[in-house]
Amino acid sequence: MSATSEPGRAIAAAGEAGAARRAWRGAGLALLLLAAVLLPFLVSSYHAFQLTLALAYAIALLGLNMLTGYNGQISLGHGAFYAIGAYIAAILMTQFDWPYWATIPVAGLVCLVAGFLFGLPALRLEGLYLALATFALAVATPQLLKYKHLEDWTGGVQGIVITKPDPPFGLPISQDQWLYLFTLAVAVLMFVLAHNLLRGRIGRAIVAIRDHPVAAETMGIDNAIYKSLTFGVSALYTGVAGALGAIAVQFVAPDSFNVFLSISFLVGVVVGGLASISGAVYGALFIQFVPNIADDISKAAPWAIYGVFLIACMYLMPRGVAGFVQSAAARLPWRETKKG
Amino acid sequence: MTKRWYRAPAAALVIAAVAATPALAQKKYGPGVTDTEIKIGQTNPYSGNASSYASNGRTEAAYFRMINDQGGINGRKINFISLDDGYSPPKTVEQIRKLVEQENVLLVYAPLGTPPNTAIHQYMNAKKVPQLFVATGATKWGDPKHFPWTMGWQPSYQTEARIYAKYLLESKPDAKVAILYQNDDYGKDYVKGFKDGLGDKAAKMIVAEASYESTDPTVDSQIVTLKSSGADVFFDVTIPKFAAQAIRKAYDIGWHPLHLLNNVANSVGAALKPAGLEKAVGIISTTYYKDPSDAQWHGDQDYKDWVAFMQKYNKDSDPADNNTVLAYARAFTLVQVLKQCGDDLTRENVMKQAANLKDLRVPMLLPGILINTSPTDFFPIEQMQLEKFDGKAWVLIGKVLGS
Repeated sequence: MSATSEPGRAIAAAGEAGAARRAWRGAGLALLLLAAVLLPFLVSSYHAFQLTLALAYAIALLGLNMLTGYNGQISLGHGAFYAIGAYIAAILMTQFDWPYWATIPVAGLVCLVAGFLFGLPALRLEGLYLALATFALAVATPQLLKYKHLEDWTGGVQGIVITKPDPPFGLPISQDQWLYLFTLAVAVLMFVLAHNLLRGRIGRAIVAIRDHPVAAETMGIDNAIYKSLTFGVSALYTGVAGALGAIAVQFVAPDSFNVFLSISFLVGVVVGGLASISGAVYGALFIQFVPNIADDISKAAPWAIYGVFLIACMYLMPRGVAGFVQSAAARLPWRETKKG
Repeated sequence: MTKRWYRAPAAALVIAAVAATPALAQKKYGPGVTDTEIKIGQTNPYSGNASSYASNGRTEAAYFRMINDQGGINGRKINFISLDDGYSPPKTVEQIRKLVEQENVLLVYAPLGTPPNTAIHQYMNAKKVPQLFVATGATKWGDPKHFPWTMGWQPSYQTEARIYAKYLLESKPDAKVAILYQNDDYGKDYVKGFKDGLGDKAAKMIVAEASYESTDPTVDSQIVTLKSSGADVFFDVTIPKFAAQAIRKAYDIGWHPLHLLNNVANSVGAALKPAGLEKAVGIISTTYYKDPSDAQWHGDQDYKDWVAFMQKYNKDSDPADNNTVLAYARAFTLVQVLKQCGDDLTRENVMKQAANLKDLRVPMLLPGILINTSPTDFFPIEQMQLEKFDGKAWVLIGKVLGS
């Protein structure tokens, strides 16, 4: 195990963890979930809306983390898949009168196929070269969305306005609260699936390809198919997030999906913690709230403040927030530490 | 949160109760208003690709500072909160919700750009919060029947196009017109207004139409095609980069039609100079405000006031940037609406007064241009003046025209 990096060790540690510890963890997660469910009833509808967006970002970051953190492929173009998911939800809802919830799986599946197809040729590209290829995707997205022959569907530069869904069964809660709960439910589902995927055989194969592709191949892993599939699943997650984000914002337009969105995703993944499932949540909170905090601190140079936050994060928490939380927890006196 | 939900209806009830007893109703306040303050919100791109428009928000903030220094509006100071949306619609939605739900602003004033305003259009009208004097020229902002809480300010693209049509019908009724337009909502808005303006003569007068994508490298081939149509009038609906190409190409291939250039591209520095000033002689365009670089206004009281304002309150903005003029005039209009509201500062009354501007003269707008609105007319500025390029500068011709 000594040659593996953090996630490998984490997986091993999780495997060896005692049942008591697992029970504690389960209880902790249940409490956290309960808090998350109650949250929209304690804050204003504006904050509920912000938290809904943060949840959508968390799903997108989880997808990108599979690709970048676990599989070692850098993507600067995940904003494109977020856009595809958002547009699919918007088009199905406005032009085909689909209910909002039914658009989510379709957005995911289309992005799975798109990601897989993009992943195939991208296989030949490693590291920074892949980053550039995906960057091209991000740069092209707003212009492709304005493309004349797609205009009947995409609405061109005008974009598409979506009607906000009402809570079902006459529940006595507001639209914002319902949308938050709905997004939370989807997020929990996606996180559980990701946990099962990454902590199992497939997850180990994905990590192995990152750490040592040749060794992985020798072990009988089909690198090509795994890398393409990882790209596809990663895009699926981002597409689902895009659909949820679009429904929350009630509007899609080419200007919503610029290069900066893709870069924000990468920032979120790194700040949250590479190759960490919980890191996606921390990263999402960062990209959702830090720009606002920066704007509150200085109107004149909010992005300079943002930069300071970013540098401070990287300096103080080089393994991201998740890594920081992990090592802090490991230092707790009653916690049995296990080093690989 | 639940609190916030019943607060608005409760406030409405209180207001309704107060309204029912007019004898008691001296002061009526909507959200964000006290005896000493009026809270106003805005989004503007201070970062990102469109941050060159930041001067709009800065100038408006500066204008309200000046108003506050002069004692405010009926004794109330303006608390102007302008947030950055980076021209990104989702961010606009988030920031506007912050302004409406957290800051409790009375109204949202002049958010900038068509996509950001489109993103909040439904929300503002569902929430019944004024979205006043938006900073975009699209025509859809003047639709009081479906969107009674939204109002534009500048002349719409269709308004301008109808002015060219009117000019042609009067001065050159047998013209053969060729149109070049950008293939998006902006270009199509102009073409629609132009055709509406020509009425049933449109089919006969328009002999050729060509479009381009904003991502195209050049419009040279379109110009060649349009020339071959034999047109003697060229209606040029392009942004500055393509306007420069069109002017140069038409001149170089010996096509000298009456060139009508849209206001979007009539910047001497951005369009005419790159084309070659001698090639631009005789081009006709429209304007509605006093260009501060034009020496004919320099003796003018409006101009002197504006310069004094720029020097005292708005030193950070470039006076050569026309946005500072537009924002100055727009902010004046809002102040007028708030003055007209008196002590009835409810959202309903704000919209009522915004739709009740009569022959309002606004500083830095061209002499003769007056703002008029009514409950069925949500287009504040509907007049422009034609101007002709003499090789050095634009020269105003004729008088102010309405559509």
